[in-house]
Amino acid sequence: MNAIVPLVVMLPLLGAAVALTLGKYPKIQIAVSTLVLATVAVLSIMLLVHVDANGPAVVHVGGWEAPFGIVLVADRLAAIMLVVSSLMLLGVLIFAVGQGIADRDSNPPPVSIFHPTYLVLAAGVFDAFVAGDLFNLYVAFEMLLAASYVLLTLGGTGARIRAGVTYIVVSLMSSIIFVASIALIYGATGTVTIALISERVRDLPPNIQLVLCLALLVGFSVKAALFPLSFWLPDSYPTAPAPVTAVFAGLLTKVGIYAIIRVDTVLFVDVPLQTPLLIVAAVTMVVGILGAVAQADIKRLLSFTLVSHIGYMVFGIAIGSEAATTATIYYVVHHIVVQTALFLVAGLIERVGGSTSLSRLGGLLTAAPVVAVLYFIGALNLGGIPPFSGFLGKVGLFRAGAESGTPLDYVVIAAGAATSLVTLYALARVWNMAFWRRRREVEGYSSSLMASLSENPEDDGRVALKTVSPLMVSATAGLMALTVALTVFAGPLFGLAERAAENVEDPSVYVRAVFPEEVP
Amino acid sequence: MSASLTLVILMGVMYAVGIYVMLERSLTRVLIGFLLVGNATNILIFIMSGGSGRPPLVTGTAADADIVDPIPQVLMLTAIVINFGITAFLLALIYRSWWLAQLGEEGDTLPDEHKGETEAETESSFDPLDLDDAAVHEVLRASDERPDDDAPARSTHDDTTREERS
Repeated sequence: MNAIVPLVVMLPLLGAAVALTLGKYPKIQIAVSTLVLATVAVLSIMLLVHVDANGPAVVHVGGWEAPFGIVLVADRLAAIMLVVSSLMLLGVLIFAVGQGIADRDSNPPPVSIFHPTYLVLAAGVFDAFVAGDLFNLYVAFEMLLAASYVLLTLGGTGARIRAGVTYIVVSLMSSIIFVASIALIYGATGTVTIALISERVRDLPPNIQLVLCLALLVGFSVKAALFPLSFWLPDSYPTAPAPVTAVFAGLLTKVGIYAIIRVDTVLFVDVPLQTPLLIVAAVTMVVGILGAVAQADIKRLLSFTLVSHIGYMVFGIAIGSEAATTATIYYVVHHIVVQTALFLVAGLIERVGGSTSLSRLGGLLTAAPVVAVLYFIGALNLGGIPPFSGFLGKVGLFRAGAESGTPLDYVVIAAGAATSLVTLYALARVWNMAFWRRRREVEGYSSSLMASLSENPEDDGRVALKTVSPLMVSATAGLMALTVALTVFAGPLFGLAERAAENVEDPSVYVRAVFPEEVP
Repeated sequence: MSASLTLVILMGVMYAVGIYVMLERSLTRVLIGFLLVGNATNILIFIMSGGSGRPPLVTGTAADADIVDPIPQVLMLTAIVINFGITAFLLALIYRSWWLAQLGEEGDTLPDEHKGETEAETESSFDPLDLDDAAVHEVLRASDERPDDDAPARSTHDDTTREERS
């Protein structure tokens, strides 16, 4: 069973190579990438079942034992992330294929580079989850970032190049901070294997531990878009094609969150980060959602809610109790699914409504009732209306915060509750304007609130309707169904998250998995 | 652990210069800044291997203590390769950005007189590569006068350049 761990990285990479050589045969390319991602999804579900029953799966690549060789570790948390991300990647791929089919008549043929790059992105995401040493984690990040640079600037239009430049320069800086902190950690501990660092770092003086930990955290915070390092996200994500934005929004920031969880629970257990992380969590939530309220463009609005909701996950990480980690894991899963699905819905709105600006949308409830239902479910879920999974995750986090019970915890809980309400306000406005308002009311509609909203600077004011293929709607509906399933099966899922949190909260489980006999 | 002072100073200077250059608006300078900062980081990794020593080859005779730590060198090599790839991509991005700033999106389309022809007809009448080259050289000459043209421009069209082309 352990052989599955390297397979989830290797299969997408091999698939990318095959897809690249098949650039002239788009249909075979589609078949290859769908097959690869479907296989990875099945493999990661098998891995999750195996890991849940038998403990972490560890592979020493090439037979070289840690700490000399590269080690891949899949514990429950990594396996959960693998399952969710592979399902998301598959769903978004189907959406993208549907979009390609719908565009076939009007536009130039779909770019042959999309499928190979998408698979490299998948390989990078999967590798980040199973990486057992810091340098491999860096390589994984670079893989997914390099792929994301290409996907973001796909087609090379002016808007995408401008957005891409911001994104790439920021990502490069965060990568450099990450490598520099790896170098410092190697200098301090003499290893890059996560399990071994976890053991050796305890012997360092506390202030050196703090500096090393903060250096890593700054690098990851840029990737996870924590305030004040989140400024780049709303400017770069919305300009990409809809499926690309969806997969970035769902997965890339969560890879950063996953790395922060590892830093906080395995690498630097003793560093007291609770207070700064709680403050960052509260500010991320509030500032993010205030940004969302001021947006007239649905994609930008969703990007700001994405930044804002990262705050909830950091809240859970900051508390650090088992209940909090359980809720964080559940919330991460919920947020990956619902945010990806909502961005896909935004993609559908863009096609049936001809724009994503609230000032030009209207009458979508009658024009596209299915899209309306999909949006409604997603909006309620993200806003945290019972009984949806967003509500369950937030309640779990707030309860863990109340158990911890410091005054600062209550401040963050208040900020979280307020953020959830404001999220609902922002999303309800989209509903009122784009879906509920009649088409004929759009012309000459005046409201001081609407006038105060800021449009997307790249928006040229055009309204261009495009056809929607059934495949796109069914991919979005499938992901929305998954968000509902997260609610229906919340009991078993919380149980699984709890077992994962037990492992996460006890770093010795991770260390013993890598070094079963003795720590060198 | 002992480290060479020269390397530490070199690293510091490269970080300082690199970050300073990166703050410029022009993309080419951002690229140069990235190269400097990236290589400063490589030197940082290298410094972490401690002092100099014998090559890390296990011959069975050399004492372990004499051998230099090979792992930072391995990490450095990987980082260099990754930086190389990213640099290549950045160069392509800068070229594209410059192209858009100079020619606009019309730079991608065919001149008007070829509208309505099939692809084969257009191809037989001229070699698009030559035309590209001519246009690029024309703009290159014009842009030599004005530095910082590759900065991501807000207005994608440059009126004087378009007039010159037509």
